[in-house]
Amino acid sequence: MILTGIKKVTCLTLLFLLFIAWGGPHVSLQFSGVTVANAEEYAAKSEGAATEAAPAKAEGEKKAEYPPAPKLTEADYPKVKGFNGRIMIWLAAQLHLWFAAFVLAVPIFVLILEGIGMATKDERYDKMAYEFIKVSLTAYSITAIFGGLLVFSLIIFYPDFMKYMTGLFSSTMLAYAFLFFAESASLYIYYYGWHWLHDGFRKWVHLTIGLILNGVGTTLMFLANAWVTFMMSPGGVDPAGAFQGDHWAVIHNFLWNPLNLHRVIANIAYGGSVIGAYAAYKFLSATTKEDRAHYDWMGYTANVIAVSGLLPLPFAGYWLTKEMYAYSQQMGITLMGGIFAWLFIIQAVLIGALFLSANYYLWCGMARSQGAVRYTKYIKYIAVAIIGSFLVWFTPHTLVMTNQELKALGGPYHKYLGPLGIMPAKNTAVNIMILFTYLSFMLYRRCNKIATVSWAPAGNAAQAAIYVAAIANIVFLGVYHGYFTNTPFKVAASVPQVVSTLFVIIFCAIIDAFMYKGAKEVAPLQWGKVPDRSQYALFMLAISFTWLMGLMGYIRSGIRQHWHVYTIMRDNSVDAYTPTIGYAAQVVTLATMIFMAIVIFIFWLSNISAKKAH
Amino acid sequence: MKSFLKILIFNIVILSFYALYANMGIPQVKPEAPPKEEKLDLGSMTMDQFIALGDKIYNGKGTCTLCHNPVGGRAPVLDAVGSIAADRLKDARYKGKATSPEEYLRESMVDTSAFVVTGFGVTGTNDTKSPMPDVSTGAIGLSPAEIDAVIAYLQKKAGAEVTVKIPTEAPEAKEGGEAAPAAPAKTPEEVIAKYACGACHIIGKEQGALGPDLSKIGASKNEAYLRQAILDPDAVIAKNCPGAPCAPGMMPKDFADKMTASEMEMLVKFMVKSK
Repeated sequence: MILTGIKKVTCLTLLFLLFIAWGGPHVSLQFSGVTVANAEEYAAKSEGAATEAAPAKAEGEKKAEYPPAPKLTEADYPKVKGFNGRIMIWLAAQLHLWFAAFVLAVPIFVLILEGIGMATKDERYDKMAYEFIKVSLTAYSITAIFGGLLVFSLIIFYPDFMKYMTGLFSSTMLAYAFLFFAESASLYIYYYGWHWLHDGFRKWVHLTIGLILNGVGTTLMFLANAWVTFMMSPGGVDPAGAFQGDHWAVIHNFLWNPLNLHRVIANIAYGGSVIGAYAAYKFLSATTKEDRAHYDWMGYTANVIAVSGLLPLPFAGYWLTKEMYAYSQQMGITLMGGIFAWLFIIQAVLIGALFLSANYYLWCGMARSQGAVRYTKYIKYIAVAIIGSFLVWFTPHTLVMTNQELKALGGPYHKYLGPLGIMPAKNTAVNIMILFTYLSFMLYRRCNKIATVSWAPAGNAAQAAIYVAAIANIVFLGVYHGYFTNTPFKVAASVPQVVSTLFVIIFCAIIDAFMYKGAKEVAPLQWGKVPDRSQYALFMLAISFTWLMGLMGYIRSGIRQHWHVYTIMRDNSVDAYTPTIGYAAQVVTLATMIFMAIVIFIFWLSNISAKKAH
Repeated sequence: MKSFLKILIFNIVILSFYALYANMGIPQVKPEAPPKEEKLDLGSMTMDQFIALGDKIYNGKGTCTLCHNPVGGRAPVLDAVGSIAADRLKDARYKGKATSPEEYLRESMVDTSAFVVTGFGVTGTNDTKSPMPDVSTGAIGLSPAEIDAVIAYLQKKAGAEVTVKIPTEAPEAKEGGEAAPAAPAKTPEEVIAKYACGACHIIGKEQGALGPDLSKIGASKNEAYLRQAILDPDAVIAKNCPGAPCAPGMMPKDFADKMTASEMEMLVKFMVKSK
């Protein structure tokens, strides 16, 4: 039945995509005053011009047709009394991104939850999925508001930059606008049609709409990512910034895919954390046992989603950073070895807070079952491993020292502790944090169960052995590359370390799936029976994610330094300088406060709406 | 309402901690200002000034020391490259077109894979491809004259003969470079940067090592003296230059033609206050 259903969803989705594909080529492209019917005609026009004229003349025409990036002076940046253009855009962009990340992520796991509810016939999943999408609906309009504010601010404060970008990305911007219609339509049908399309074949139609909603939403994000990554690693233009005629090359620039992957995963983690905060808010406000149980379960599910995104996120971030180095070593060193290096110490604090919060929530959650007492003795060891790893990640490479301290140390780096500040040690720390977080999750999952299969002791031994072997391998690689290799080989440990971690997670998950199939329930989970303080761990997750995303946004944008488009279009405004980390932290904190105020307002709205319905 | 307030306070406490930590828990490094667009007066530059310019570019705009430093091990240290360039030309792994050490140095900055020092190539290329960018393009964007200045600096640094000649014409204006037409400076610091005073003098934040130290010049010289020193630098020759007596003809004589009146006044007043 599931297979037939999937076929139905696939067919309906394909029909929709065919419709889009049919409409696609009829969208006019406009670039630098040239309007053509479609991309093929546009390309043919360029080729025709090249073959008919002499090469030199064709080259001249090409240059005339595609102007280089403008060279601006301070006078080209309009000023509005009482407003700082950069801060205005910074705040609008950041708030837009937070809300957009949330509204793009929620439909992904809503669709999954709806599918689970349908497959298991458990109405609780359906109800929870509906509540998730309801929360994201209010955030959707706020996303659009901040998007509008961002565009208007850019046009007002950076008109020449926008003109250049619009010239290059006119086709994707038009596509973006049309896709936004599709996104809105599918979201509204998905939400308002939830109960109407609840049973039988209609449910499949509903799932299909959810799939389309996610497809369109992800495409929207990828298009916007192309604009952002073009500014970092421009493609499809010559060194002066003149368009070379290939739109795909402009979109598919060097950092596009790494950022796409990083943002998809981060959005899931972030969406889960915000929903977790919502559940925590509702849990703390609940007045009945039923409500506490429902929102406890919702918070737990949201935390699982957030942690599922959090675990692979460092690897996606690592790939993005690696590609930045590959694109421009100068950009890479500015990122990791320049003034931004200290920011990664702050990031370590935030990541530590995220991991500890997620683990603390799981440990508190063990109070839901009496069977958990078998495992609580291990918590302190897990905590020591995570805090130890956090301290390694927290260790800076370079210390600010007086001359006397420098002399006493014998140089800028400590012989044994110095290597803790570089990548092999950081990679080791994050892999161990991930492994122990997964261990917390495994213990939580089995706290109310007893495996009944005959080979359970062997299964447990195999899991323990694989854990020990993987940790030994990760530590060995970290120590070897940290202490005994030269700089160019320092990062060589990262891939085998990641493979070790992924192997453990997959291997243990498979063993658990078979070992706990038909397991005996030792004591049922009592939803709602968790201490209130556990809910603050969920808030901690949401706040830390939000603030960290803001700070990472500053660094991603800041590594372009004084360039609107790196190496191609210089920023000559009075705000072209890179602000200090402290200043950036103040702006990000202000933005986070605005964001959290709006989010709490949305939660409150959902509360009064529920009261009215009740 | 009680829960709402608790959550609000919790949020504010956490955010305040993060903000305070970012401001007070780590050193606040102020990033360098974007490179100024300056006009080089190569015609009146001496070789020592040209080498000093190369030093400034090597340690500043060229961002060479980001990688070429003894700490990171990311790229070879270039202390001796000016003297070993001839050996590189004879190396079997060399695949460039240079025929002299000077050409080799120039080529190594723009065609960076012509010779890759063992152990410093892109991983997996067996040291046939260099990770170094072409310094004449992109974010660095050095002009030919600026590259020549760096070559002169590297040759001098290695104790080799400085073979590079000072270009006779000003380089073309270049985005992000030192050579684009300059707008009138608005602050004394901009004047100092615009006319490269720091290439020779200790003045403001600059640490030149050829001309007299001007960091406390206001304590001993008055406004009229300083104005004359700019307009007619050989009228009075200062006694103490670093390492040797100051010589006539070192300081360019055309600032009267190049500086605007407001720039001149800003600079003079700045020096008078430097005590």
